[in-house]
Amino acid sequence: MPDDLSMSLPALPPTEEIAALVAAKLNLEGPLLPILHELQETYGYIPENALGIMAEALNITRAEVHGVVSFYHDFRSRPAGRHVIKICRAEACQAMGGAALGAAVLERLGVEWHGTTPDGAITIEPIYCLGLCACGPAAMVDGRLIGRATFETVIEPIGERVK
Amino acid sequence: MKFYVPRDAAAKALGADAVAAEIGRLAQARGLDIEIVRNGSRGMMWLEPLVEVDREEGRVGYGPVMPGDVAAILDGSAQSLGPVEEIPFFAKQNRLTFARVGLIDPLSLAEYEENGGLIGLRRALGMSGEEITREVTESGLRGRGGAGFPAGIKWETVRKAEADRKYIVCNADEGDSGTFADRMLLEGDPFCLIEGMVIAGLAVGAKKGFVYMRSEYPDAIEVLDLSLKVAREAGLIGRSVLGSGQAFDLEMRVGAGAYVCGEETSLLNSLEGKRGVVRAKPPLPALEGLFGKPTVVNNLLTLGSIPIIMAKGAAFYASFGLGHSKGTMPIQIAGNVKYGGLFETAFGMPLGELVHDVAGGTATGRPVKAVQVGGPLGAYFAPEQFDTPFGYEEFDGAGGLIGHAGIVVFDDSADMLGMARFAMEFCAVESCGKCTPCRIGAVRGVETIDRIAAGEAEAVPLLEDLCEVMKDGSLCALGGFTPYPVLSALRLFPEEFGRAKEAAE
Repeated sequence: MPDDLSMSLPALPPTEEIAALVAAKLNLEGPLLPILHELQETYGYIPENALGIMAEALNITRAEVHGVVSFYHDFRSRPAGRHVIKICRAEACQAMGGAALGAAVLERLGVEWHGTTPDGAITIEPIYCLGLCACGPAAMVDGRLIGRATFETVIEPIGERVK
Repeated sequence: MKFYVPRDAAAKALGADAVAAEIGRLAQARGLDIEIVRNGSRGMMWLEPLVEVDREEGRVGYGPVMPGDVAAILDGSAQSLGPVEEIPFFAKQNRLTFARVGLIDPLSLAEYEENGGLIGLRRALGMSGEEITREVTESGLRGRGGAGFPAGIKWETVRKAEADRKYIVCNADEGDSGTFADRMLLEGDPFCLIEGMVIAGLAVGAKKGFVYMRSEYPDAIEVLDLSLKVAREAGLIGRSVLGSGQAFDLEMRVGAGAYVCGEETSLLNSLEGKRGVVRAKPPLPALEGLFGKPTVVNNLLTLGSIPIIMAKGAAFYASFGLGHSKGTMPIQIAGNVKYGGLFETAFGMPLGELVHDVAGGTATGRPVKAVQVGGPLGAYFAPEQFDTPFGYEEFDGAGGLIGHAGIVVFDDSADMLGMARFAMEFCAVESCGKCTPCRIGAVRGVETIDRIAAGEAEAVPLLEDLCEVMKDGSLCALGGFTPYPVLSALRLFPEEFGRAKEAAE
């Protein structure tokens, strides 16, 4: 997926803080995914300096941790824009015009799927099914679900805040 | 007065939260004493947000309700739909697994029990693991995730396996487009799943269970999380299930947006904290599953059907259905349909009846061109195949599959070559990368379909050949079944692939 090079990475979080988050999950069976969710929840992405900490805590290689992080679509290596629009690309939504909706929003924002607008305001991502298949097309804007989504209902919630 | 406003994700996506807030605001302004219950959805999505009002003379429905309609509902001047159970779409169903969804407060264990919950578990607590397993086998229940493997036989394998630990894993990674039954059951009746998993634990001798959720379902995650706390406090799960002295605990885990993790071995790897890569079988997960231990991996709907089977008995459940497809299936009718939603019925209803009579044809009012049954890996069906009865063997015989029972309807504007291309593209995006036919084949599939779209009809045999390789050579259903939508689109609509209809037949 194309990384937006215009966005600089924020300063890395303190190592001790990451280590504490990691340690709090080590009692779980198979703790790596819960740890990654916790990190992303806390920082909005998986900080580079967390990889070594996780590897050491779990007694696996840094490469293995990187392999897991990069396997799953949800985990980001850099923060998303201030607002995140997810539009369903799957079949049931396509049957109700989902593809045209996605194309219209991409065109309006001037970015590709996974892209972030140059001002860092909006990231747009494809999603494959939100389970709203009988009221498509479906979208999720900043975590809020939208059924029978239109260009207006997707853009409006964030439109005013976009400078 | 009691108001029911669904907390179901689809109802919320159509404005249920704003409606609930408006009911609360207006009632307060008028000094009315009301209660608002956030129930599950009744499954009639064209009526959502569907508000039910109980004025102590039975519940009546209103829908779809916008905040501006609330004042008239409070006055009693709004046009009601009458009792929801009498709406034809609802009245025609056999709700076994979904009996309580939409009816009760999903987080009230008391209401769960008042409406038939925990009867099955109490009965199972007085039975041996062998007896429970036999009951499940005799019910004819088959895996609702798509493969249709008999649940009782899987349980028996795990029960007989000797190990220091065993696990029950619920596959709630409902990634197929057109399906939302897992989500609705979780959001509307989470204790049903919990009860089913506890019974599975008792049957096979497992003390720990995991529910593997999708991150795309934040509302279902919230409800399950809350319901697990209620269940633990009430002693439904924990060190001594309902005071029986038998332990079973449950933990929820959330995936991270990988479709392939709905495949059971990939799901197990993901639970272990690894890349969600498919494992070769054998060994079967029933013998070497999670952390190498014997594991029952069942779809959420399979486990959610256990309580009713244990409560009413195998013979009751098996009295529904057709041939080797016993019981009921919560069919999800989606896409371009007039009346979409969840329709639980005994196996056997012809596809055309579901599409035309139940769903009322397309939302756009245009003719139906094709329906895809069973998610992104399911075949397209054209109207001439609409007499196919809804059942595992019947769909297999017609060159398709029922999968997780999602039906996606398309009108005559659908671009079938485009849909075939999308199937390959989706496979390329979601392939775990372990086996070559899927990892490389899907990419070549997109390219080959692009060549056909550019007018190179000679590439059609190449596409067919590629599909054969993917079908026979892939490790799991992602690469193995992607040819279903591709080849069915090609077979049914050859003219869209630059071929005359006769030439393809």
